[in-house]
Amino acid sequence: MNTVLILALVVAALTAASFVFARRKARAQIASIGKGAGLGFHSQPGYHGWFSGIISGLGAFLVMIAGLLTGLGLPITLMAMLVVAVIGSFLASGRIQKDFRARTYVEYFIKTLLVVCSLIAVFTTIGIVLSLLFESLRFFEEVPFLDFITGTQWSPQTAMREDQVGQSGAFGAVPVFTGTFLIMAIAIAVSAPIGLMIAIYLSEYAGHRTRKIVKPVIEILAGVPTVVYGFFALLTVGPAIRALAETMGYSVPTQSAITAGLVMGIMIIPFVSSLSDDVINAVPQTMRDGSYALGATKSETMTKVVFAGALPGIIGALLLAVSRAIGETMIVVLAAGRAANLTGNPFEAVTTVTVQIVALLTGDQEFDSAKTLAAFALGLMLFIITLVLNFIALIIVRRYRARYD
Amino acid sequence: MPTSDSIHASEFALKRLKKRHAKERRFKAFGLLAIGIAVMALFWLLSTVLGNGLNAFIQHDMTMDVELTESVLDPSGVRDPDELRKSNYRRIIQNSLYERFPDVTDRKAKRQLFDVISSSGAPNLIRQMVYNNPDLVGQTLTIRVPTSDDVDQLLKGNISRDVSEDRRKISDQQITWVDALVETGEIKSRFNTGFFTNTDSRDAELAGIGGSFIGSLMTLLVTACLAIPIGIGAAIWLDEFAPKNRFVDFIEININNLAAVPSIIFGVLGLAIFINFIGMPRSAPIVGGLVLGLRALPTVIIATRATLMAVPQSIRDGALSIGASHIQAVFHHKVPQAGPGILTGSIIAMAQALGETAPLLMIGMVNFNTEIPNGITDSATVLPVQIFMWAGNAERAWVEKTSAGIIVLLLVLLLINGFAIWLRNRLEKRW
Amino acid sequence: MSQSKIKFSCRDVRVSYSGKEALHGIDIEIEDQGVTAFIGPSGCGKSSFLRVFNRMNDTIPGCTVSGIVKMDGEDIYSPHLDPVLLRARVGMVFQKPNPFPKSIYDNVAYGPRIHGLAANKTELDEIVESSLTKAGLWAEVKDRLKDSGTGLSGGQQQRLVIARAIAVSPEVILMDEPASALDPIATAKLEELIDELSKKFCIVIVTHSMAQAARISDRTAFFHMGNLIEYDQTSNIFTNPKDSRTQDYITGRIG
Repeated sequence: MNTVLILALVVAALTAASFVFARRKARAQIASIGKGAGLGFHSQPGYHGWFSGIISGLGAFLVMIAGLLTGLGLPITLMAMLVVAVIGSFLASGRIQKDFRARTYVEYFIKTLLVVCSLIAVFTTIGIVLSLLFESLRFFEEVPFLDFITGTQWSPQTAMREDQVGQSGAFGAVPVFTGTFLIMAIAIAVSAPIGLMIAIYLSEYAGHRTRKIVKPVIEILAGVPTVVYGFFALLTVGPAIRALAETMGYSVPTQSAITAGLVMGIMIIPFVSSLSDDVINAVPQTMRDGSYALGATKSETMTKVVFAGALPGIIGALLLAVSRAIGETMIVVLAAGRAANLTGNPFEAVTTVTVQIVALLTGDQEFDSAKTLAAFALGLMLFIITLVLNFIALIIVRRYRARYD
Repeated sequence: MPTSDSIHASEFALKRLKKRHAKERRFKAFGLLAIGIAVMALFWLLSTVLGNGLNAFIQHDMTMDVELTESVLDPSGVRDPDELRKSNYRRIIQNSLYERFPDVTDRKAKRQLFDVISSSGAPNLIRQMVYNNPDLVGQTLTIRVPTSDDVDQLLKGNISRDVSEDRRKISDQQITWVDALVETGEIKSRFNTGFFTNTDSRDAELAGIGGSFIGSLMTLLVTACLAIPIGIGAAIWLDEFAPKNRFVDFIEININNLAAVPSIIFGVLGLAIFINFIGMPRSAPIVGGLVLGLRALPTVIIATRATLMAVPQSIRDGALSIGASHIQAVFHHKVPQAGPGILTGSIIAMAQALGETAPLLMIGMVNFNTEIPNGITDSATVLPVQIFMWAGNAERAWVEKTSAGIIVLLLVLLLINGFAIWLRNRLEKRW
Repeated sequence: MSQSKIKFSCRDVRVSYSGKEALHGIDIEIEDQGVTAFIGPSGCGKSSFLRVFNRMNDTIPGCTVSGIVKMDGEDIYSPHLDPVLLRARVGMVFQKPNPFPKSIYDNVAYGPRIHGLAANKTELDEIVESSLTKAGLWAEVKDRLKDSGTGLSGGQQQRLVIARAIAVSPEVILMDEPASALDPIATAKLEELIDELSKKFCIVIVTHSMAQAARISDRTAFFHMGNLIEYDQTSNIFTNPKDSRTQDYITGRIG
């Protein structure tokens, strides 16, 4: 690692040296022609400097990569970099003259760099898809896809044993998905009404003062890391629910769907309220005025006019919240449990897609077992589900925005 | 409205109006209730964390005199540091304790006595001292060692003295010793600096966030170096230079989608590409930083674009009209105007990355590290993952540590976000 | 034209926004019959004054109204008065047509529904039909009542909004530059409609077009810089203004 750092610094130094050299040369050339000659030059000396610097730096950088890849020694690589940089600098500064369009080339280089930056986001997506897809395909060679999505028995740990590898019973993902959706449903049931009402209250009822107090509270809720919510669920909410259930004569485990769902709901409240706030504020004031002028109360205006107008946007916001809840990891890892129960009862421990990915991929394991590959298959499912949700939500929200713009 | 003959003033209408206003009040009450629930939830969460964690910043230490007997530590008398490392420091500590309580003879009682202090912390402390300075052998030192977590909890009042002996982790005999030591001032409570400087440990009284905090800093450094320049570059291109075509639309949709991809997926990406395919080291801040960098990238891009779009086009056009090239107009005029907003957005994205846990579990940052990482390729963990690892322990002392770790994390996040808000208010331009 | 009953009487009405006074003590009496027009250069406070009559100013944060405004002799700014009820009696049409993002039917039915004016579906249908008819829109939309109200043309939207206001059976209809967003043909239709409506409702209209005021109103009030300069029969205002500022405005020297 240190070698890379040294080489990178050398590249930077060579670039700077080449820049200074060429800029000085360009200045000297302009000065030799006479006063005001700079105006006749297409490019200012600084751009000639940059042109030279980029040529040298790029050359040295390529040599550095080649050196690192081929395992050339540090001294030889350094020498080669130096030589390439010096040659580059001489070639570049040799072209310094009135009509040479150094600025155009430099700007072209900058634009290319900016394009590369934008493409990295695309490469990330491609990377995600490829890494999930390849391992998942390997998994589906061992476990048929249909068994995976229709099987009701999930016990990948036992499938580790020789005789069970690939047995369809062990990799039935139905309990994992029902658990995920159960918790998501609870989280949305908590966060949707609360988040929506907060947004409505803050935008339509609250005075300046209330808003000044409540907004930071919501922002803090949004800024709390998920692991903290997980700890809170495990340490406080779980036992509280358990104790509450005991007083009513029920027995509920500390880790349960309801615990994870409730806390996840609290976590998503700020998400729902800020998205709804945007959506509600996008409904033009003239709609509200029209309703008030007919003698409607605020709540009638909100529920019958503003809400009706904002509905597509709110649905989009809720879809994003659903996607968020399905992909949330830390709360469920700490508070939902790991037992793959196929149940709709929120007072039982359930497991989720993310919990299983964590369980299967943390710790040391060989990467060819069906067990680890199963995590990638689950990851692929998670990615597809959230992608579809986000995509639909974005389209709905975009259409909605266009309506009032 | 008695004077009017309007249908709106009929008895029926007025009765209905009453009901409508009642409904209005109910609706408003629901709004207040929703706010109340959110505020209460935050209050509940914070009080849980503060209530459990504040005590961890105080720890009980015991001051003791230890004689570094040559016959025990260095029978050969060579003072070879490597040999001295392996010596029996446990014995030294035990001897000191038995001397302090000479009437303890029973084997079981002796073991209980030793358990009053941190049983691995104390020997390690002298081992390090002797290793650094072998000349200490033969001298008598006064050292401060942490008490065991059970004694610490007893003195903090978290272990009740009233329950029967077999139901608590500390015996009546031990309580007597501890009370005696407190009486003489040998055991005292002090600010727990070890919590900030120590690495992870199997013993709660020795565990600290020093290692994971450094790990977080290193990871964040990599994240910032990746996400901020690339994110800003991408945003500038999309805002100013991108042509209007299908491919650019695709890039935009892709960025928006990427922002909503569950973070754990980025961890899977890191595992598959960076570790398994490229062969980078597991558990290292470099991989963690890259993963979080890719995760933060869409956030930075979206925040930067929002600020760039808020800069009036007239500023750029003004520059173009005096003969600046497009690049010059953008970099000399538009980007500097958007600077504060970009800075704020980047800082907030970094704060988010600092709290991120799930993707780091995938790349092996859940590991037991007793060394502070020296570089970004060393095995390390980060603060949120450290919290996650501690959160699994139900014992009182660990709950305290976990909560204290959370307090530190939340404070750091509060500081970073507060700084970003302060910066925005100070520098932000309104158009 | 015979003198009719006084609908609104105002004494020293002042409107301010966040402490900045926009209207400096207006005294005026608005008659029940016919059309009253408010004219004046933009920013003169005529729209602010219009919103005094249905207390729409209440919905603007920081806006305060002082003075006495009486409707049929009753103080509409008294704390005992319910603005919701007031607004049911005083309808309003805005500058830009603002149909709700609902069907044409639901737009008109909205008011009767919230006020409980129809006991059943048949009654509601009747109200919707008669309101749309009175607004001169029934023939154009009767076959597509389920279509969205936002899909209509600007002129149709404005008539839909008027139908929506009529459906609540108001006594007064306030109009805030209702034709400013319309083309000349739609404007002509709207003016015809206003003329028709003025037989049944007290109409107060704000307009920036002097010609429009001259065409449709019976009385005209001229506002300038937050003051009521002159208030008289429309014919007098346009042929024989008493104040020099009114003269300047109608001849195009200020505004």
